[in-house]
Amino acid sequence: MTEALGYIINGFLIGGVYALVGLAIVVIYKSSGVFNFATGDFVMWGGFVTFSLLSIFQLPPWIAYPLALVLMGVIGIIINRFIISPMTGGMTGGGSLFAIVLMTIALAYLLRALQLAIWGPVTQVFPPLLPKGVIHLGEIDIAEEYLLYFIIAMIAIGIFSYFFQKTKVGLGMRATSEDTQLARATGIKVKLMFAATWVSALVLSWVAGVLLGSMNNLNPYLYTIGAKGFPVVLLGGMESIVGCIVGGVTIGVAENLGAGYLNQFTGGGIQEVIPFVVMVIILIFKPSGIFGQKKIERV
Amino acid sequence: MDRPAGTLINNYGDDLSAIATKPQWFILICGLILLFVSPTFLNIEQINLINLIGITLISVQGLSLLVGYAGQLSLAQSSFMAVGAYMSAICMNQLHLSFWFAVPIAAVVTGLIGLIFGLPSLRLKGFYLAISTLAAQYIINWVIMHTEKWGAGNDTITVPAPEIFGLKLTSPEQMFYLIVPLAIIATVVVMNIMRTRTGRALIAIRDNEIAAEVMGLNTFKYKLLAFFICSVFAGVAGALYGSLTRGLRPEFFNESLSINYLGMLIIGGVGSNAGTVFGVVFFMLLDWLVTWIMPLVMSIFPAFGPGAAASLSQVIWALVIIGFLLKAPRGLIHVWNRLKAWFRLWPLSY
Repeated sequence: MTEALGYIINGFLIGGVYALVGLAIVVIYKSSGVFNFATGDFVMWGGFVTFSLLSIFQLPPWIAYPLALVLMGVIGIIINRFIISPMTGGMTGGGSLFAIVLMTIALAYLLRALQLAIWGPVTQVFPPLLPKGVIHLGEIDIAEEYLLYFIIAMIAIGIFSYFFQKTKVGLGMRATSEDTQLARATGIKVKLMFAATWVSALVLSWVAGVLLGSMNNLNPYLYTIGAKGFPVVLLGGMESIVGCIVGGVTIGVAENLGAGYLNQFTGGGIQEVIPFVVMVIILIFKPSGIFGQKKIERV
Repeated sequence: MDRPAGTLINNYGDDLSAIATKPQWFILICGLILLFVSPTFLNIEQINLINLIGITLISVQGLSLLVGYAGQLSLAQSSFMAVGAYMSAICMNQLHLSFWFAVPIAAVVTGLIGLIFGLPSLRLKGFYLAISTLAAQYIINWVIMHTEKWGAGNDTITVPAPEIFGLKLTSPEQMFYLIVPLAIIATVVVMNIMRTRTGRALIAIRDNEIAAEVMGLNTFKYKLLAFFICSVFAGVAGALYGSLTRGLRPEFFNESLSINYLGMLIIGGVGSNAGTVFGVVFFMLLDWLVTWIMPLVMSIFPAFGPGAAASLSQVIWALVIIGFLLKAPRGLIHVWNRLKAWFRLWPLSY
């Protein structure tokens, strides 16, 4: 029993980071109707950019982290300006589905290849963000930094949802996602809102990248986290921030339990497919997810 | 459809015909003869390239039917190829069937697995369907890697050479005469399916699914049929790939291969039979050119590490796709048609 509880708690904590990745997908889908396949690569870039500033340029952390945040924002603006906007024509849901899917995949491959060219195919040691330690809770061991990472992830999600729900830019982004034409008519700068969308997605990915990097170092396969973002958002529902957290935590727990109990039968590696099995089941039985909206289609 | 002056359409048969005029027949037959004698003057590397193009073409023709005509986005084509390859290898290695029984069995099994993963298309469309096929990619590859006792698994497994009337097809030249006719047949089959009731139904579903349903089409049946045919093509292509390389590794059938196939469709032109051929040939030649040019780049810029050289082909691939999507979203076939139209009126274009 305590074993199971241990798996559940650790899965719960890692789920916080999955929720961040999921949120980076949701914010783009909500605002611009683009399902982003490059999120994992944004996460990887976030980790590696921060690593470069900290370890290669030897900047102190209080300069390096804000600078990395700004750099990620700039990357977001470039991607939106030169790759995404020409495709969607500056409209929510613009452009053909096939073209947009392939475009974000091509973007993912470009980022992945550039990562390989710049940082090479080796694992880089990320300077630890927080001290490591273990909390003993009865018989359950919890890594101290996992708890802190979960808290950081939740704080990041909290700041983002405040920004998205209350501030003027956030309201503009939501208005743009409801109806681009109407938003434009009421004087919202739609182009700016799309840029803000991509910047916020990249910033969220950056937080996830830094957390994952300091958890288990930076390897060039960090982008595979992006694939785990899909089950998270589909479980929670594509339109919901709360859904992201629930989805992330559920996937984290399912993965950890699977790794703990099923691997002895399958010879390892089942945690890589469990999120997808869960996802297929959700897609068949409840395609809109737990907190998603049902769509009604008209001819 | 642009036709030369004097070629009149008198009945529906003429209107549907793929090859309308005598010069077109002449060019086609000359081209085919040239293709079939080409192994006599090409070297082994070039024959291998043509073989790979043929296998890729079979797979991508199936994908073209599913994605280009039926409008159901699939990101799992390479894993269906893997199913075909491993199924035929298991049939030949474990059950000791001949190649000619193993390939149809592999194709049908792949088709059935395609049906299973096509089931979500009943309720899902668009991004959701794409993601569910992505899940198929991961799940199938994982299963293949973890079924050592059935003859698959993570290690390289050997595949026996196909046998025809006691003659073992071992060299690339011999495989050429197996693969290229099958690739041509695959192209013709897809072309002909699209000229039947089924094909028109698929196009109707792509253009507006609800409208198609209102018109009385059983959209679910046709979508499943598209998934089945697509997977059968992938199965045949996979079985041929196994027989050509004689050794299978699960890493070959990864998700980037599936993505490459979609890229070929975009490059060629979505929803066009000739465009698919253009896309496949263009992509494979580009790929070959990059691997050929790589040592040259390395020798000119030794400062580039091996990491940079390895990523070069990916960078080129991504830039080509982005370029096509932004500048020529209708693909090479559209460029080619515009070129033809320009030449038809040249030099007096008014």
